Amino acid sequence: MSATLIHARPARVAPVPGLGLSLGVTIAWAGLIVVIPLAALAIKPWELGVAGVLASLADPRVVSALSVSFGAALAAALVALPLGLLLAWAIVRLEFPGRRVLDGAIDLPFALPTAVAGIALTALLAPNGWLGAPLMAAFGWQIAYTQAGIVAALVFVGLPFIVRTVEPVLRDMGRDAEEAAATLGATRPQALARVVLPALAPSLLTGFGLAFARGVGEYGSVIFIAGNMPMQTEIAPLLIVIRLEQFDYAGAAAVGLAMLLLSFAILLGLNLLQRALRRGRR
Amino acid sequence: MPPHGPATPRRALIGGALALAAHGAIRPASAQQATLLNVSYDPTRELYREYNAAFARQWQARTGQALRVNTSHGGSGRQARSVIDGLQADVVTLALAYDIDAIAERGLIARNWMARLPFNSAPYTSTIVFLVRRGNPKAIRDWGDLLKPDVRIITPNPKTSGGARWNYLAFWGWALRQPGGSAATAEAATRQLFRQVPVLDTGARGSLTTFAQRAQGDVFLSWENEAHLALEEFREAGLEIVYPRFSILAEPSVAVVDGNVDRRGTRAAAEAYLQGLYAPEGQALAAKHFYRPRDAALLAANAARFPRMELITVDDSFGGWAEAQRLHFNDGGVFDRITAR
Repeated sequence: MSATLIHARPARVAPVPGLGLSLGVTIAWAGLIVVIPLAALAIKPWELGVAGVLASLADPRVVSALSVSFGAALAAALVALPLGLLLAWAIVRLEFPGRRVLDGAIDLPFALPTAVAGIALTALLAPNGWLGAPLMAAFGWQIAYTQAGIVAALVFVGLPFIVRTVEPVLRDMGRDAEEAAATLGATRPQALARVVLPALAPSLLTGFGLAFARGVGEYGSVIFIAGNMPMQTEIAPLLIVIRLEQFDYAGAAAVGLAMLLLSFAILLGLNLLQRALRRGRR
Repeated sequence: MPPHGPATPRRALIGGALALAAHGAIRPASAQQATLLNVSYDPTRELYREYNAAFARQWQARTGQALRVNTSHGGSGRQARSVIDGLQADVVTLALAYDIDAIAERGLIARNWMARLPFNSAPYTSTIVFLVRRGNPKAIRDWGDLLKPDVRIITPNPKTSGGARWNYLAFWGWALRQPGGSAATAEAATRQLFRQVPVLDTGARGSLTTFAQRAQGDVFLSWENEAHLALEEFREAGLEIVYPRFSILAEPSVAVVDGNVDRRGTRAAAEAYLQGLYAPEGQALAAKHFYRPRDAALLAANAARFPRMELITVDDSFGGWAEAQRLHFNDGGVFDRITAR
C-alpha cells in the first residue's frame, strides 16, 4: 500500500498545507533571533586565536567568576526548589484569604526591572537594612556584599520559574491518586514521598533548570548586592561588562562563550535526566 | 544596487511613501530646531544641565537657530564604548583622556584631538578627596591613614570606573613618594588598600550610595565635585570632606566627535559648545558645580572652596594614560595582580 501511495503522489507535496511557508518563516525567525547572535558570539573570541581564548579563560579571575556565577545559581535554585513547591502547593491546594493576590505577586519578579529588585534587596539586607541589621546583631550574619547576597537575589528572580512549572502539574494531578494511596493504608508522608513527589519530579526538574539558567545569566539584580570583589563576589556577567569597558570585545566574548557552553551542557544534562525520570515512571 | 537606478513601481511606491512621511512628520519639527548630543560621564549631570540651557540661549542669540542639547551620562568607559558602537554623539565630555583616545583609535575623532583646545582639551579640572563620616571618627587626614587596620575604604572598581582609576593612581603616587618608596612598596601598599575595600561598585554613583545610604566603610574616595554634591544630597548623614595634602590632577577631557558632526552637519554648534566651556560663563558654571576652573582669576576668587593641594599629573608621574592603563588596569596588570588571592 505504501508503494502505491508513493507512486500516486509526487514527492514534493507537503503533508500539511502551508508547511513550506510556515517552516520557512519559523526557521527564518529562529535564525534571525537565536542562531545568528549565538553564532556571532561563538565566532568572536577566536580573533584571539585558540591559545589566546584558552589563556583568557584560564585567568584565575575568570575561573573564580564562573564558579561564583554557577555556584550561586546552583545554590539559589536548590533553595528556591522547596520554597517554590511550597508556594505552588499553597496556591493549588489551600483556600486562604489573599490567595489570588499571592498568585499574582509570584509573577512580579518576571516583570520587575532587575535593577529595582537588586536595589530593594540590598536596602533590605545591607548591614543597616530592615532585615540586615537584626541578622547582623543577632547572628553576626552579613548577607549583602557577600556570596549569600548573590544567592538571595537569585532566589528572588528564580522562584517564579519553579512555582509556575510545578503549579499546572499539581493542579492537573487532582487528589485521586493520594486518596487511593490513603485507602490502601499509606500514611500521609508515604503518600507524599511515593505518589505526589514522583509525579511532580519532572516539572520540579524543569523549574529547577529554568531557575538555574536564569541565575547563571542574571546581572541587573546581582550587581547591587554582590559587592563585586574580584575572586570573591565577582560574577561572570560582570567580568564580561568589565572586559567590554576595556574595549576587549574578544575577551568578553570568550567568557560569554564559556558560559554558553557550560549552561548548554548543564541544561542538556537536566533534559536527559528528566527524560530518564519520565521513562522510569512508565 | 545603484543609488539612482530606474525606479520599479514598488520601489517608487516605497520611495513615495517615505517622502510623504518625511514631508509630513519630520519637516515641521526639524526646520529650525537642531539638536546636539553630549555623551558625558556620571558626575557631570548637574553641570551640564545648567550649561546646556545657557549655551542654547547663547546659540540662539548668536545664530537665530533654536538648539536643544541633550546629555547622556554613565560610566566613562561605557559611554566611550557606546560612541564607538554607534551612539550619535556630537561631543564627548569624559572622565579621562584614555576613553577619548579609545574613540580616536577607531577613527571617529581626529588623533590630535587633545591639541585642538586649550589645556589639553580639559576645560576644568578636579581632584580626588576623602569623604568621611560625621566628626571623622577614624581620624583620616591623609592617604597613609587609609591603611590603618580598622579603616574600611569605599571606591568603585578601577576596571569599570574612570574616577576609581584616579583614586588608584593618586594613592599609588602617594605611596611612591614615601621614604624608600618604589614600585614594589607602592604595589604592596595598594594591595593592602584594596584588602580594606569591602564593596567595589562599578561606578562612582553606586559607590556613593553604598557609602552614604548603606553605611558601608569609613571613607569614600571621591571626585571633589561629587563629594560636595554628596554633602548636599545626604545632608542628614552628616558627611565631611577631608582634603589630603597631596592628590592627583584629574583632567576630564572634551572633544568633538568628527565622524558624527560632519555627517550630521553640527560641527559649528559642537565646536562652539566646547569653546563655551572655556568662556567666562562656562568657567563660572564649572566652579559653581565644584569643578576647578582653568581661569586663574576665577580660581583665586574661589580659593576657599578649592583648597590648595599638591597635585601630581598622570603625564608626569605615570607616563600618560595609555601607559598607566597598560601597566595597571589592563587584564594581567597590577590591579589584577593585587586583587588575586
